[in-house]
Amino acid sequence: MKSLLTMVAAGALAAGPALADLMIPDLSYRTGPFAAGGIPFSDGYQDYFALLNARDGGIGGVPVRVVECETAYNTERGVECYEATRGDNPLVYQPLSTGITYQLIPRATADGIPLHTMGYGRTSAVNGEVFSHVFNYPANYWDAASVMINVLLEENDGSLEGKSITLLYHNSAYGREPIRTLETLAAQHGFTLNLLAVDSPGQEQGNQWLTIRRERPDYVLFWGWGVMNQVAIQEAINIRYPLENFIGNWWAGADHDVASAGQAAAGYRALNMNRLGDMPVFAEIQSHVIDAGLAAGDGTNLGSVLYTRGMYAAMLAAEAIRTAQEIHGVADITPAMMRDGMEALELTNARMEELGMPGIGPEFAVSCADHGGTGMAIMTQWNGTEWVTLSEFIAPDDSVTQPLVMEDSLAYAAEAGIEPRNCTDS
Amino acid sequence: MPDQLIFAMEVTLNGLLNGVMYALVALGFVLIFKASGIFNYAQGVMALFAAMTLVGIQQGRVPFGHLINEIFGTNIHYFGWEVPALAAIALTVLVMIGFALLVQRFVFKHLVGQEPIILFMATIGLAYFLEGVSDLMWGSEIRNLDVGLPQGINDVIDAATFDLFGYGFFIDNLDISAAIVAGILVAVLIAYAQYTKNGRAMRAVADDHQAALSVGIQLNYVWVLVWSLAGIVALVAGIMWGSKSGVQFSLSLIALKALPVLMLGGFTSIPGAIIGGLIIGVGEALFEFAIGPMIGGATENWFAYVLALVFLVFRPQGLFGEKIIERV
Repeated sequence: MKSLLTMVAAGALAAGPALADLMIPDLSYRTGPFAAGGIPFSDGYQDYFALLNARDGGIGGVPVRVVECETAYNTERGVECYEATRGDNPLVYQPLSTGITYQLIPRATADGIPLHTMGYGRTSAVNGEVFSHVFNYPANYWDAASVMINVLLEENDGSLEGKSITLLYHNSAYGREPIRTLETLAAQHGFTLNLLAVDSPGQEQGNQWLTIRRERPDYVLFWGWGVMNQVAIQEAINIRYPLENFIGNWWAGADHDVASAGQAAAGYRALNMNRLGDMPVFAEIQSHVIDAGLAAGDGTNLGSVLYTRGMYAAMLAAEAIRTAQEIHGVADITPAMMRDGMEALELTNARMEELGMPGIGPEFAVSCADHGGTGMAIMTQWNGTEWVTLSEFIAPDDSVTQPLVMEDSLAYAAEAGIEPRNCTDS
Repeated sequence: MPDQLIFAMEVTLNGLLNGVMYALVALGFVLIFKASGIFNYAQGVMALFAAMTLVGIQQGRVPFGHLINEIFGTNIHYFGWEVPALAAIALTVLVMIGFALLVQRFVFKHLVGQEPIILFMATIGLAYFLEGVSDLMWGSEIRNLDVGLPQGINDVIDAATFDLFGYGFFIDNLDISAAIVAGILVAVLIAYAQYTKNGRAMRAVADDHQAALSVGIQLNYVWVLVWSLAGIVALVAGIMWGSKSGVQFSLSLIALKALPVLMLGGFTSIPGAIIGGLIIGVGEALFEFAIGPMIGGATENWFAYVLALVFLVFRPQGLFGEKIIERV
């Protein structure tokens, strides 16, 4: 009789309404050639939500449910992950791949699910009038290119006239993103821009580095990912290129990128969209998540460059959820409400301090028209044993990037048959 | 001498040395194909597995550490000792021989007499299985591989060419080491095949399975031997490529560079793998140097296949492959 009653009770529970949760898909890559970058990002992304669940009972009292799906950084698998999870009320996708992002933009927009492509993806998604469901705050590739040139301008007394700059890039949608901005900047500042493409995955760059050795450009800007990063840094060391003049973007400045070269890579610089170093939130993650056995990984990535970025991305998603909950007055929000929350997101220094991440990123506010944030980035440098911060957050030249954003986004709107929203009323 | 000619000479030399690196991967394919008719799709993953195992042993890592910790709630990652490079290489060779035994025992023994396409499909399965095992066994992080090979510009060549041409050539010491190792490896493999009992058995099996069986040669034994040799070649390739980029999962993709080499050199010739590698290495380097800048660069990957296809049109069996004549 007791077991019968238990079964009846269990059946009644199973038949009742499902418990509310906030579903966050994590399109991760823990396998394949790009796993070394995918693992720490995913660990940071998941561990922050695990912290909110363990410490606060979720967001607004509703637990977060992270659903991880392995993409192996493969566009087709990324789309499969989207298709497999889109029916589960996902609040926001973080595809972590420019290729996957390009495929998901029309699908997610049609499904009413927001995308957050933080520091990657389609740059012109900054224009919220065209890309209603795509957000790429706090910075994008064109910002990165502009910030790099601003840094070089400052180091060269405001003039790059007559200088030669080579862009060494991954021959993919990702790697080609900054070319237009750099061409515009080259025309504006009078430097010569040379383009050197490297085919994926980038294990072979011998010919490109022979070219660099012959031409001795003043600076090499670098858009790499995966094994391409480690090989490029090693090749730069091999040809004795001055490493302080070799500058990577924020996807080419992680711990594992310099690990194999170690001390020999000292001097190599890279941008970062978030601050590095210890933060109070790490101690909380250690005690509530890692020590409690709730971590996504083994906990060894805590505090690394890409772990910190994954955590930052999760924090931005969590803050957008809070904003959406406040706007709509419900805790169990829908993807449409999440989109509203992302569009109204405002991140202040006081709030970052409160979250245990003081100054992790610049202050910014998202709006209907501007989905891109400030575009600011810091310059970091590998000193042989760790990444150190060289600068405060540096602003890009919006007068260069903004016209390009408008031109590209409006071209996309015309091509995709999108009638841009009017944001002036909101 | 015109600058462009001097640069082309530097590019050619580097192309030749790159070609040696490709040939190192292609050699493993040739060994297995020659003896068993199997196109081993898993050769690239074997290089990855061998290099991961070498680094794991060197650093005293606990194999399957993540899995053990997950199941038993422990936090063990290292044994607490480090193994010298040569001893670690020797132990890795033993692991690769063990792998060959397992592959033969559990996979190919059961597929004797099957169509080549079935055997090929089995190696695809093996590749993905081995990739997963590597991940479980050693993790996905990038490992630094240091077996004492010199790396960086060779100053002697730099200075000598500067005296000659007024421009110092860049030649990587690691590439020179790879060329020397490849030369020794090929000489040892050829000598082994020509002058040892096992080598003669391998050649007999390669020529005719049935005839070899009829004179008492054990097919299983020879196949284990061949897979072991391919495992050792994979280890050498893994060391050379892993020294450049760290040992990481993209190492498995180096197999893609071996395919045009095989198409060009032939699937059954050890010297063919070397010559094929050199032609592909020089061909793609010179094409990238001369034509690449006009068409956006990054031509190496596809041009290697175009070059191989051109050779295929005129010599379908490859430069050194055996011409197969089948009577109808």
